[in-house]
Amino acid sequence: MNRYPRWKYFVIVIALVLGLLYSLPNFFGEVPAVQISPANSVVQIDQALLRQVEDDLKQQHIPYLGIISDASGIKVKLTDTDTQLKTKDELQRALGDNYTVALNLLSASPDWLSGIGALPMYLGLDLRGGVHFLMQVDMRAALNKQLDRQTNDVRNALRDAKIPLGGVSREGQNLVVKFKDAETRTQGGEELRKSLRDMTGVQLDETRIALTLTPEALKKFQDSAIQQNVLTLRNRVNELGVAEPIIQQQGLDRVVVQLPGVQDTAKAKDILGRTASLEIRMVDEEHADLQSLQNAARGLVPPGDEFYPSGRDGQPLLIKKAIILTGENISNASAGFDGRTNEPAVHINLDTRGARIFAQVTRDSVGKRMAILLIEKGKGEVVTAPVIRQQIDGGQVQITGRMSVKDANDVALLLRAGALAAPMEIIEERTIGPSLGAENIAKGVHSVLWGFVAIAIFMSIYYRIMGLFSTLALAANVLLLVALLSLMQATLTLPGIAAIALTVGMAIDANVLINERIREEIRAGQSPHAAIHAGYEHALGTILDTNVTNFIAGVALFAYGTGPVRGFAVVLCLGIITSMFSAILVSRALVNLSYGRKRKIDHLSI
Amino acid sequence: MEFFRFKRDIPFMTYARSTTVVSLITFILAVFFLATKGLNFGVEFTGGTVIEVHYQQAEEPAQVQGALEKAGILDSAVQNFGTSSDLIIRLPLKEGVSSAQLSETVLGALRAAQPDVELRRVEFIGPQVGKELVSDGSIALALVCAGIMIYLAFRFEWRFAVAAIIANMHDVVIILGFFSFFQWEFSLTVLAAVLSVLGYSVNESVVVFDRIRENFRKYKKQSVAEIINNAITATMSRTIITHGCTEMVVLSMLLFGGETLHYFALALTIGIVFGIYSSVLVSSPLVMWMGATRAHFIRADAAAQSANVKS
Repeated sequence: MNRYPRWKYFVIVIALVLGLLYSLPNFFGEVPAVQISPANSVVQIDQALLRQVEDDLKQQHIPYLGIISDASGIKVKLTDTDTQLKTKDELQRALGDNYTVALNLLSASPDWLSGIGALPMYLGLDLRGGVHFLMQVDMRAALNKQLDRQTNDVRNALRDAKIPLGGVSREGQNLVVKFKDAETRTQGGEELRKSLRDMTGVQLDETRIALTLTPEALKKFQDSAIQQNVLTLRNRVNELGVAEPIIQQQGLDRVVVQLPGVQDTAKAKDILGRTASLEIRMVDEEHADLQSLQNAARGLVPPGDEFYPSGRDGQPLLIKKAIILTGENISNASAGFDGRTNEPAVHINLDTRGARIFAQVTRDSVGKRMAILLIEKGKGEVVTAPVIRQQIDGGQVQITGRMSVKDANDVALLLRAGALAAPMEIIEERTIGPSLGAENIAKGVHSVLWGFVAIAIFMSIYYRIMGLFSTLALAANVLLLVALLSLMQATLTLPGIAAIALTVGMAIDANVLINERIREEIRAGQSPHAAIHAGYEHALGTILDTNVTNFIAGVALFAYGTGPVRGFAVVLCLGIITSMFSAILVSRALVNLSYGRKRKIDHLSI
Repeated sequence: MEFFRFKRDIPFMTYARSTTVVSLITFILAVFFLATKGLNFGVEFTGGTVIEVHYQQAEEPAQVQGALEKAGILDSAVQNFGTSSDLIIRLPLKEGVSSAQLSETVLGALRAAQPDVELRRVEFIGPQVGKELVSDGSIALALVCAGIMIYLAFRFEWRFAVAAIIANMHDVVIILGFFSFFQWEFSLTVLAAVLSVLGYSVNESVVVFDRIRENFRKYKKQSVAEIINNAITATMSRTIITHGCTEMVVLSMLLFGGETLHYFALALTIGIVFGIYSSVLVSSPLVMWMGATRAHFIRADAAAQSANVKS
């Protein structure tokens, strides 16, 4: 009657072993480490870099516990915080500005555990300390800027078509175009419809037309604006040397920036709020020979030039100081393919002023190179330096040549990200000091621990052996929950720990239901075996019902909660799933294992 | 060991009128406080800045406030937080002042007055975020109610769904009433606690309803009141033990969880206590008065059976 087939025990044992394995890393604690990640898209993390780091460490006689290379960068585990600081400085010096070397804490669990993907739980900012910003992108301001740019396009389109224009002005989110009379208005409207594809017009009165962006163009504009802001922020955060920054779009017009471990909020805010600019300048072809470049590297830079020791492909360049265009004139940049050769390419759209200047410059400089530079903090970086093949009219620029698709994407993003597309404002800030984080962990862990101990003592006294089984099942529940949270790398917050505690308190309900039912059946005169069987059977429906209602609450909290509350909801929902498994299957397995073999139980300890 | 062993069913339903009156009075009081005093919403909802600082030794809030006033911050509210050396500074939202500058100014002013001050936590919430949280919170509450009602209506019968949700909304309103009366800070974590109480205390009603349904099937002769009395008595032990266990954990949070979990645990405690009361003494009489009869059960039962081939 109370027997499980062998496979059921097997499944339970496997689940528990996996649970133990994946929750194990949480018990090892952390060791200091430094993390090396690329500071820009020019460089990559590869085997060569790994070897270089290893050689550097050996040369400097820095002892280290291990080196890990993964998608986010190279991580070096170290013995103590003093070595950590020394190593950071040493590696930063050796690797140069193309890499960010940041302090980090890594799990001290053995490598074979990390190898099977067993990592400690991912702690939220309230537990590890750090800064959280929620930034609102001012789309209205960005749109206004875009419309201001387009007034030029309107003027030029009408000038080219030789239609007299009364005036263009931006009113709200519209461009109002004024004509002399109804006839020119009709002609003008026709012309604008043809040449400005992403705008639609409405006739206001006899002489005026109001232009707005089409919904598609508006959406595209907003998407690219926020993407651009995210990329710019990411580039800036790289400078801060944060080990695991999170920069994400949230909703339509918001960006979340989380910087674990950062305490200097003033500096973080300063860097996040800074503006960068993009400049297009000519490469000095008269001094492009090896001799001039070598001289320049020694400091003999020709007058009117600036020396850039490493361009995009690593070649040194001498670039003229005179600025041809700035990022202001670039209205869009996207990655794509060359129409004829199918090579990856970057397409750049210039506004009308930019197009005019560009046409002039390219006419005079066919065969020469022009450089696109990203200027931040007065320091420039060469994004790309293509050769001009022919005169470029109309402001549609295409850059091709020895680029992978990824390169093209990077360049396009960098071009767009040069400056923030839209102004941003911090609408939420949370800073948690590191000591508070550690305290929060201790408080949370104590709450769970003592709550568990109290329940364990009570259950074992009140229900005796059956209570002990319930307690073991509850322990299995916590184990599985922690393992699941570690495996999913869901963010654990203090409310999340509270949810673990609450799960412990609520999961015991299932076992109480079962035990009470068994007692009742025994009172009703059933044999112990029949009582156990009936107890589990009858309680099952009720347990399902109660868990479903809890689950509904958890899902709603997840859907509409933010930040820490969402962490609470995740744990609550996962806890319900694990508690169903452990309260029903694990406790039953224990009961079956100890009582199932006996033909008759004289006395059930309950 | 056994705490609860009842020889005879306790006639809960005969006291139904008086128990409902008691809960009605509590409910009306809670609504009254909510209407007159309102909730003391935390910074997440109202917007503003909260700065928590730690000193090496005890520090008077008035002194800190004085230091801030010298720096031109006149509208701060300073309180002790947990211990006498931990302080919390609240600043309202101000037009045109960015959070970035504000927290730096505050810290600068505090450092000038007492160099050993340590910044523990800064929270700045803009006005738009707060408004969204209020609306999101309300949506979540409505969703939980709707979800639970639909589930219960499907699993039992609509009368049970309505009775359970009334009983549980009554719990929620009473929790809010407490927070209003004592002017405890109503934060996002408390909202999470309130919502989980909603999910949790419905459990209680479900357990009783389950037993009522079973009894209707088993005892063909008894009256509805007798059946409900028996169901409540039979589940009594489980109710007290389960809630007692949950409360042990909640108490552990109250004792060890610190300030952040304090009100969370408090809300849960109130929710657990009133959850027992309401599901036993509010939802069951409601079911009776709404006229649940055996026929409803047999029909609902038949429907459930045809839907569920296994049973």
